[in-house]
Amino acid sequence: MASREDIKFLSNPKIGMKRKKYCRFRKFGIKYVDYKDTDFLVSFLNEQGKILPRRLSGNSLKYQRKVASAIKRARYMALLPYVTDLLK
Amino acid sequence: MRHYEIAFIVDPVLSGDEIKATADLYVTQLKAEGCEIVHLQDGGMRQLAYPINKRSNGAYFFVEVSAPSGDFIKKIEIAFNRDERIMRYLTLSLDKYAVQYNKDRRAGLIGKKKKTDEAPTEAVESAAPAAPAAE
Repeated sequence: MASREDIKFLSNPKIGMKRKKYCRFRKFGIKYVDYKDTDFLVSFLNEQGKILPRRLSGNSLKYQRKVASAIKRARYMALLPYVTDLLK
Repeated sequence: MRHYEIAFIVDPVLSGDEIKATADLYVTQLKAEGCEIVHLQDGGMRQLAYPINKRSNGAYFFVEVSAPSGDFIKKIEIAFNRDERIMRYLTLSLDKYAVQYNKDRRAGLIGKKKKTDEAPTEAVESAAPAAPAAE
């Protein structure tokens, strides 16, 4: 006979729970975004090479601006493409 | 002292020596303008993310300089514009965090993304005494 405690874990209680987003620059104390570090900047792009919104990346406004300008500099210097397919 | 970073792409059609000579030309010009070369990074031949002037690769150079004023930038940018061997250039002014980042990067403190947990704590300590000395 299943008691009340067993029934509680028949489904994963974490499903449907929202995980809190955070700004990784604030959390890890990163103060400068380098436009030459393309491997890092790629993590803020989608497959078409578009910049991900804050809604998805969780960046604070201050660092989203820095990321965006770093990506645009990298694009100008042909380190990142302006438009592409299958970037990742 | 102000810090700047100048990056430029040299035409790959030139031979290896000519590319070096072109880069040296600008480094000596920077020195002549009164800049101190902090670091010269030869990025080497790289594939461009999109073609520029119908070229698919280019030789990258990144120069970090410190200068008493930014007057040299106009002159060097005119020189870059006139030179057909330079495909692209980018001049940035660096803040104190950028200078510290470049320093740490050269020292090998910032190798991987996850390692930055340790680097900033050192960066804050060493940046604090360095900042008043610079001014």
